[in-house]
Amino acid sequence: MKRWLTPTKPSGLLAIVVLMFGFGFMLVPLYDVFCEITGLNGKTGGPYQAQAETLPVTSERQVTIQFVANRNDNLPWSFAPEQEQMKLAVGERKQTVFSVSNSYDRPVVARVIPSVSPARAADYLNKIECFCFQKQPLQAGEAKEFPLVFFIDPDLPEDITKLTLSYTLFDISDTD
Amino acid sequence: MSTHTEAGHHGPAKGISRWILTTNHKDIGTMYLVFSLIMLFIGGSMAFVIRAELFQPGLQLVMPEFFNQMTTMHGLIMVFGAVMPAFVGLANWQVPLMIGAPDMALPRLNNLSFWILPFAFSMLLATLLMPGGAPDFGWTFYAPLSTTYAPPSVTFFIFAIHMMGISSILGAINIIVTIFNMRAPGMKMMDLPLFVWTWLITAFLLIAVMPVLAAVVTMMLMDVHFGTSFFNAAGGGDPVLFQHVFWFFAHPEVYIMVLPAFGIVSQIVPTFARKPLFGYHSMVYATASIAILSFIVWAHHMFTVGMPLVGELFFMYSTMLIAVPTGVKVFNWVSTMFRGSMTFETPMLFAIAFIVLFTIGGLSGLMLAIAPADFQYHDTYFVVAHFHYVLVPGAVFGIIAGVYYWLPKWCGKMYDEKLGQWHFWLSFIGVNLTFFPMHFVGLAGMPRRIPDYALQFADFNMLTSLGAFLFGTTQLLFVYILIKTVRKGKPAPQLPWDGAKGLEWTVPTPAPYHTFATPPVFGDK
Repeated sequence: MKRWLTPTKPSGLLAIVVLMFGFGFMLVPLYDVFCEITGLNGKTGGPYQAQAETLPVTSERQVTIQFVANRNDNLPWSFAPEQEQMKLAVGERKQTVFSVSNSYDRPVVARVIPSVSPARAADYLNKIECFCFQKQPLQAGEAKEFPLVFFIDPDLPEDITKLTLSYTLFDISDTD
Repeated sequence: MSTHTEAGHHGPAKGISRWILTTNHKDIGTMYLVFSLIMLFIGGSMAFVIRAELFQPGLQLVMPEFFNQMTTMHGLIMVFGAVMPAFVGLANWQVPLMIGAPDMALPRLNNLSFWILPFAFSMLLATLLMPGGAPDFGWTFYAPLSTTYAPPSVTFFIFAIHMMGISSILGAINIIVTIFNMRAPGMKMMDLPLFVWTWLITAFLLIAVMPVLAAVVTMMLMDVHFGTSFFNAAGGGDPVLFQHVFWFFAHPEVYIMVLPAFGIVSQIVPTFARKPLFGYHSMVYATASIAILSFIVWAHHMFTVGMPLVGELFFMYSTMLIAVPTGVKVFNWVSTMFRGSMTFETPMLFAIAFIVLFTIGGLSGLMLAIAPADFQYHDTYFVVAHFHYVLVPGAVFGIIAGVYYWLPKWCGKMYDEKLGQWHFWLSFIGVNLTFFPMHFVGLAGMPRRIPDYALQFADFNMLTSLGAFLFGTTQLLFVYILIKTVRKGKPAPQLPWDGAKGLEWTVPTPAPYHTFATPPVFGDK
């Protein structure tokens, strides 16, 4: 060890301080990586990359998926799933729609944040197309249909028979 | 060499510049202690407002918004303004005296780390007068309450925290460097008095976690002003992340606030039991184990955020593990007293009360550590009772005990023992009357941080408020005792306590402005 780096000298101790300050910030990506690896926190990933057609369809096992749409801060918008719940076979590709309308008298940029419950199911819910991948600008009074294309990985743990996909709509016009 | 001898005999400078420019560890220690006493009364008067409002159900005195500001500021001021500076003050006075050093290793840095504090706290207190009021999001300042929904004064709060952090880090660096490099010849690490050992470990905790606090408030600053989204779900961030980063700092922080008190009690109990400390080595190892474990238990503060079962179990068991080294310490203190020839002067009374009441706080901590039970206790008055039991009769009693114990050496005069006993008994009754009923209302479901409550909690809350008024006013007696001692106390003998051992008792009474200009030889009394 270099002499000035000893933890009995001010320089060495200052190095620890700088290191720990950096570590504080490192906790942010570490937290995300940790959640991604372990599938904690119910966060779903980005667009599904592999070829969906190559996946086997195992129609014997049926699961129920529920859709929840929330508006943050009770924004005066409407945001609702077309179907509140559906049954599907694991591996089966499904499409559904969420309808949203901006009842403000000004254009709004929205972002939708997904969350899956139980959290350990998040890794098995694969989205091929989702409105949550991009920011969604809406003109005043504009109504839109948001499509969602997804399938559930056949490796979904056996004990999970029902999962909930919840979306929260945030107004990000200010920060955008 | 002759100039050196002259330097050893010159007294302090005259007037106010003595205090502004001083690099003397005793002056700086005194300033730290006086500062923390002032902060104790400012934070205490906020507690007074809280307890006056909660004296009866319903809203009588203050608006809920102001009540929230009071709980927030009370917590921040007591943690960062009263307890931490008091320990640094004791370290400044005692560490050089106990290891036979002439001063701290970095005296100018020492001056700087003290003088940052009045500015930091003026800024924090000034937020009370700002539009939108003072911070009102609790001392734990969880996002998004402290970011999206914060009052505009949050920026001043963030910079105040930065300054306090810098002050603590500089102080901690100074203490570590002093202990490692300035011990009397012949004094090995395992000869260090326990107060010095516990402070050394505390100082390492400080330099490890205060930067994490600085990081988390910096992230808040960026979220509030620069459009980042560390804790903002709308931008892809996560409010729960805030809690993880915050408690990664704040759990070691709670040990920072109690380990030096362990050290003080470990000095006092052997003195008044007239026996050497039982299990010196195990005390050192237990302190180090507590410090290391403090880094892996943080999420027990957030059992209810929706952690997976494995996480709950890990944090539950690792938290319970801390009871083992803590139990070792309590066992050692009790064994030190066992068959000792004990006398019960004021410092000893506070030290014994520390052991008993801290253990009660530790046991309620164990109850809170049980993850399934915590869902019931979370954010209730039971939590308030728990952490006040470890902080008030824990940290604060430890500090008061240390002040009574070393005061005769500092100012050369003896405090009034009769008044000291009054101070102790009134504080003891006040503390228990204040915080014990909180256990009951907490278990019955009274939430913390509310200005009003359901009628069935009325009687216990009135008791709590009465206890708080008693405890608060009793501390005015403490100030009176201190002033009386300094003004017209009886001269203290060279060795005020006949069981006291250690280098700090070898210097004349009162301790001269400069001590150990020639290093003492350790073990050669």
